[in-house]
Amino acid sequence: MLDAIVALIIILIKIIVIVVPLLGAVAYLTLAERKVIGFMQGRIGPNRVNILGLRGMGQPIADGLKLVFKEIIVPSEANSYLFIIAPIVTIAPALAAWAVIPFNHGWVLANVNAGVLFVFALSSLGVYGILIAGWASNSKYAFFGALRSAAQVVSYEIAMGFALVVVLIAARSSNLQDIILAQQGGLWHWYWLPLLPMFVVFWIAGVAETNRLPFDMAEGEAEIVAGFHVEYSGISFAIFFLAEYANMILIAALTSIFFFGGWLSPFEGIPVLGTLFGWVPGIIWFLAKTAFFSVLFIWLRATFPRYRYDQIMRLGWKVLIPVTIVWIVVTSLAVELHVGPWFS
Amino acid sequence: MKTLKFYLKSFLLWELLVGLKLTGKYFFKKKITVQFPEESTPTSPRFRGMHALRRYPNGEERCIACKLCEAVCPALAITIESEPRSDGSRRTTRYDIDMFKCIYCGFCEESCPVDSIVETDNYNYHFENRGENIMTKPLLLAVGDKYEDSIAKKRQIDAEFR
Repeated sequence: MLDAIVALIIILIKIIVIVVPLLGAVAYLTLAERKVIGFMQGRIGPNRVNILGLRGMGQPIADGLKLVFKEIIVPSEANSYLFIIAPIVTIAPALAAWAVIPFNHGWVLANVNAGVLFVFALSSLGVYGILIAGWASNSKYAFFGALRSAAQVVSYEIAMGFALVVVLIAARSSNLQDIILAQQGGLWHWYWLPLLPMFVVFWIAGVAETNRLPFDMAEGEAEIVAGFHVEYSGISFAIFFLAEYANMILIAALTSIFFFGGWLSPFEGIPVLGTLFGWVPGIIWFLAKTAFFSVLFIWLRATFPRYRYDQIMRLGWKVLIPVTIVWIVVTSLAVELHVGPWFS
Repeated sequence: MKTLKFYLKSFLLWELLVGLKLTGKYFFKKKITVQFPEESTPTSPRFRGMHALRRYPNGEERCIACKLCEAVCPALAITIESEPRSDGSRRTTRYDIDMFKCIYCGFCEESCPVDSIVETDNYNYHFENRGENIMTKPLLLAVGDKYEDSIAKKRQIDAEFR
């Protein structure tokens, strides 16, 4: 009995150790987004709320406080039960998926063998929150946003799933730690090189899955105001926001795990640099890769205009899925014939 | 060959990479933001902002109540009443500008034969109570006294074009 309680407390502490920095990262990713987009547009972004003399660093805290103290308005025609539960349904999977993410060798909350399936299932569950939100709001625009989001996520999930199948074939495991360990041996041994088309497909599908620009049809502020969260205000809106950014960081982390060797050092096996950077702990590499891909999300947003809806469907069904199917065959052959340094 | 090139280009995401390169370049460029309350954009000597009534250096008000500005005002924002003063000169007893009606066209300034009504380069001002939007004669004269230096300077810069 006591053992069970102690184990439970230890797990709770681990969860806090993961979730609290994650939410901090989410908060500061919103600041990073405003800053980076500002910089790319020749502006300087938020710089008025200062912490410790750092200009703009208090902005996420100020935003958060503002949203917490605002009223949650429930439209009179809305289904209030579903309306309140929708943001929770959205953020829960976005946080739960972090249970299987390995931050360093052995640093993982739940080292499950079906880690890839778990992550894939939870990243797909997030769309139910969007659907429920759009339905419960009882508003045209919210409903349009939900429908668009549902169709889009279903389409891109197939391409994303196939891209993951290729990774599974290459690594011969669905445990995230084993996938990383299969990529050992430095920059050129990571899967981004042999599976380059899959990396691109996974990244595009990931951007579409999180409803980020240029695939933000669910929000589409120019067409349907704000899509599924048009009726939300205060903290319930903030939770949608948090979930979106948590999903962004999750996709960034998954990309670095599947294709960029997770916690592995890029200089492994290189004579001088390998020893020079040997002391850097794995988690630093992992966080650096994740941060890079999180910024890439923002970079994409600052660069590309929104896709038209039929173009999104064409890209998903007629380009990405055929490419993945071809590459499944290619990778299977490569693994069977033990090609190169990757599949020997 | 042409189709091959097209497919190669679109599968290598060439155009997208070019776009990313452009935004990446702008990331490091000099930023053009003007931090408004601390800095402000430069204004032309002909800038048309808040109104002012000027005085002669001896302290006498310039306005002679000719009502040209009232007549020319396209928004009917100016109201003038006048009376002979004790020394026999014609002066205004009331000179109101409704700042909500005013469209800042500058016709009043152009029509004024004695350079009395002018528009200063002050563009950030506000009213906190209903009715404060009507600038009365003492208020306009006070603005003129406050900004006289800058008004005179801007007129001098622009003198050869007038």
